[in-house]
Amino acid sequence: MSWQDVCSVDDLQPDSGVCALVGGQQVALFFMIKDQAVYAVHNYDPIGKANVLSRGMIGDIKGEPVVASPLYKQHFSLRTGVCLEDEQVVVPVYPARIHNGRLEMQVAEPTLIKGSRQEEASV
Amino acid sequence: MSTKKSLVVIGNGMVGQHFLASLVASQVKDSYHITTFCEEPRTAYDRVHLSAFFSGKTAADLALADDGFFTDNGITLHLGDKAASIDRNSKTVTSAKGVTIAYDTLVLATGSYPFVPPVPGHDRPNCLVYRTIEDLEAIASAAKTSKVGVVVGGGLLGLEAAKALTDLGLETHVVEFAPRLMAVQLDEAGGAMLRRKVEALGLQVHTGKNTTLITDGGQCVNKMCFADGEELETDIVLFSAGIRPRDDIARACGLDVGSRGGIVIDNQCKTSDPAIYAIGECALWNGMIYGLVAPGYTMARTVVADLAGSYASFTGADMSTKLKLMGVDVASIGDAHAKSQGSLVYTYQNGASEIYKRLVVSQDKKQLLGAVLVGEVSGYGTLLQYCLNGIELPENPDSLILPPRSDESVGLGPDALPLTAQICSCYDVTKGAICQAIEAGCSSISALKAETKACTGCGGCGALLKSVLDCELTKRGIEVNTDICEHFPYTRQDLYNLVVVEQIKTFDDLLDKHGKGRGCDICKPAIGSILASYWNEYVLAKEHLGLQDTNDTFLANMQKDGTYSVVPRITGGEINPDMLIALGQVGKKYKLYTKITGGQRVDLFGARVDQLPHIWKELIDAGFESGHAYGKSLRTVKSCVGSTWCRYGIDDSVGLAIELENRYKGLRSPHKLKFAVSGCTRECAEAQGKDVGVIATESGWNLYVCGNGGMKPRHADLFATGLDKATLIRYIDRFLIFYVRTAARLQRTSVWMENMEGGLDYLKAVVIDDKLGLCGQLEQQMQHVINTYQCEWKSTIEDENKLKRFRHFINSDQPDDNVVFVEERGQIRPADEEERKHFKIMEVA
Repeated sequence: MSWQDVCSVDDLQPDSGVCALVGGQQVALFFMIKDQAVYAVHNYDPIGKANVLSRGMIGDIKGEPVVASPLYKQHFSLRTGVCLEDEQVVVPVYPARIHNGRLEMQVAEPTLIKGSRQEEASV
Repeated sequence: MSTKKSLVVIGNGMVGQHFLASLVASQVKDSYHITTFCEEPRTAYDRVHLSAFFSGKTAADLALADDGFFTDNGITLHLGDKAASIDRNSKTVTSAKGVTIAYDTLVLATGSYPFVPPVPGHDRPNCLVYRTIEDLEAIASAAKTSKVGVVVGGGLLGLEAAKALTDLGLETHVVEFAPRLMAVQLDEAGGAMLRRKVEALGLQVHTGKNTTLITDGGQCVNKMCFADGEELETDIVLFSAGIRPRDDIARACGLDVGSRGGIVIDNQCKTSDPAIYAIGECALWNGMIYGLVAPGYTMARTVVADLAGSYASFTGADMSTKLKLMGVDVASIGDAHAKSQGSLVYTYQNGASEIYKRLVVSQDKKQLLGAVLVGEVSGYGTLLQYCLNGIELPENPDSLILPPRSDESVGLGPDALPLTAQICSCYDVTKGAICQAIEAGCSSISALKAETKACTGCGGCGALLKSVLDCELTKRGIEVNTDICEHFPYTRQDLYNLVVVEQIKTFDDLLDKHGKGRGCDICKPAIGSILASYWNEYVLAKEHLGLQDTNDTFLANMQKDGTYSVVPRITGGEINPDMLIALGQVGKKYKLYTKITGGQRVDLFGARVDQLPHIWKELIDAGFESGHAYGKSLRTVKSCVGSTWCRYGIDDSVGLAIELENRYKGLRSPHKLKFAVSGCTRECAEAQGKDVGVIATESGWNLYVCGNGGMKPRHADLFATGLDKATLIRYIDRFLIFYVRTAARLQRTSVWMENMEGGLDYLKAVVIDDKLGLCGQLEQQMQHVINTYQCEWKSTIEDENKLKRFRHFINSDQPDDNVVFVEERGQIRPADEEERKHFKIMEVA
């Protein structure tokens, strides 16, 4: 799997999210500035059924980095994509990193927790 | 075919209405066609708080039944029609207007009439009584041309009436036949203390006076002559010398009545005719007429239970009372006069502080039989519980009335109360019922109020209710965690204080100093709001951006499909045709769904993130500014058209609404705020359903606070009356900032006030009387917010950097292809899932 260049770090919003179009997929990119950590998950909210996760608030619940859906406020782990309120619901997550001032990610095969119910994400 | 029986209720006063309300809440109602006769031109109202009529409440405020009560419950109401006679043979009631109704069961709730002593001249001009709203209107009208008023009767109602005359600006006297005030409830020393206190407030008291004649006055309309030869000139004579049961209709049809009046009833409230009940002040039980509302309510519930076939009986009522008379606290419990055999008395008198307390206990000093409290009544709840529940007294009963000399608490812990103890006497709520509600999950005062109705009547049991709640929660091992979230071990109010005291300007700074972790969607917006309330910096500044909910981030309201709605400010709901056209043009150009909101504005739906700045550019060019519909902040100030156009308008409600909206726009608060201004008491702007409501009256603006609509509507409370505009604005400034400073996260003003210890009175003390010495600060802070107001949309479209965010993708100009609209009634709406699939197939094909 190769790292794919997406955008400059300057395009990200500190402690907030933006959405990028990567390989035809809508990807929500979050930047936690204190940890210099970046996270990439699919932008589709499987509960609210709309492409909005990039506009959710981020933070942590018991140490787990999360995004809260701006529609109905469920929390999704930024590391695993699992919904904290309903573990059966998972959003795809993608490996992402900052490299030479650029955001890079791997997009071909979204990481999925095995056996979980997967809402069909819209492109 | 109907098999329902006919139930007729004569009288729609407080007790008659309570009977109807209890009846329709029970199963019994399905068995009856219900008819009620109401002699007065309006349905039941709160006679207990009648004097509130003079401090700004209207007849509608005092009404007990909701508008739809009678029609919704299928009750036939004959308003303004007095039941004139009963034919017990044919079982019919005939009214003054000639309506005849057959009954299977008849309930008499005819109430009482004021007793007017048969003194010669008692029917002279300006000789009035105090019972109905019509009486009050007559008093108010007579007062306009009067200087002096005399109340005949120094009892409970007499002093209440005296307050009304004082409020109307009259030189007020009270004339009492007995040697002291409140002779029924108070002993001599208590009566004397009360007298000193009301005299200090300007009331002139004459006791031991027997009026023999009322005749022409010299300086005044009337002159009263007394048996001792003295005379008193007065314009108004107001009789409040007790009540008499209205039993004439019962007498005429041969029911048993007492020798001194009153319809005789048994323990089931049945009269001598088993098909007829009598309840309230017209009924005579065991030789007693009960002139209080609570025993009447108990009788009403007894009848409903009896009709339902369940066993219930009325066995007398506690006549204990606690009230504020002309600002003086007075309470009387049980056998206040120590008439019980062998009873012992403890007395505490503090002349300096004008406090008088008396305990009456049993011979063995184990049981409390009665008490009198004047000037300081905080022990009332505890003493009443001792008395009603027969709880054994402490070794030295006088410790209950002596001021505490050390830290020891002599109050009765809520744990000592039996489950049968009545906590709320207005709604007859026992400790057991409260514990049950706590068991079922109620963990706050407001939840208990909603569930049990406790403390929603006179509110006197508030402190006791709180102590029962705290005690029960502790017993259940429930620690009430008030931390805002896992990142900050503080309440919102704590965080607010930290920001102020340490002058903290950013979330990161607060987190570093007082929190842990990275924050979350609970603490971030709460702190974002606190910072905005206090510093009022641009909410999309780099250090604040991540704290905002999506609505604040994009300065618009996210809808279910991820698009946004746009609501420009239309102050006071006033908009000129050009602006309206401009709105229409924007809606048309961007193909937005357009709807009028409840707050007198226009909402434009279906805007994509990338369209928002373009839409706002055009709106700002047309003269609009942000409406803050996206924020926890002031939304709208709704108004009626007011005196400018309306035939009935008293003042310019639109002008004031615009001024208020411009003053408070942009203020970030713990929750959204809605205001309204009505130009007269017809209240077309529905101000009494708002956080802040203002109503014009002849004597100035009346201010209402802490109302709301929504899931749990709450009628606002009257806060101050007859205000000029400058005072009104000062009160609102203080009220709002005090709310911003002390409310919990997402707590609306109603819940905030209900959970505040001391409630409305405390809030008034802080805002009107400046009890905390804070008002200067509160006003100053509001002025800062006003001075630093900015239109957030204007700031945003002027900043290239900020505009970068308003794209769906950072790396593409494509819009979100999941947003699909279909047409309905000539406008767009989001496609549902089925329609969306269909649309996609069409696209692929």
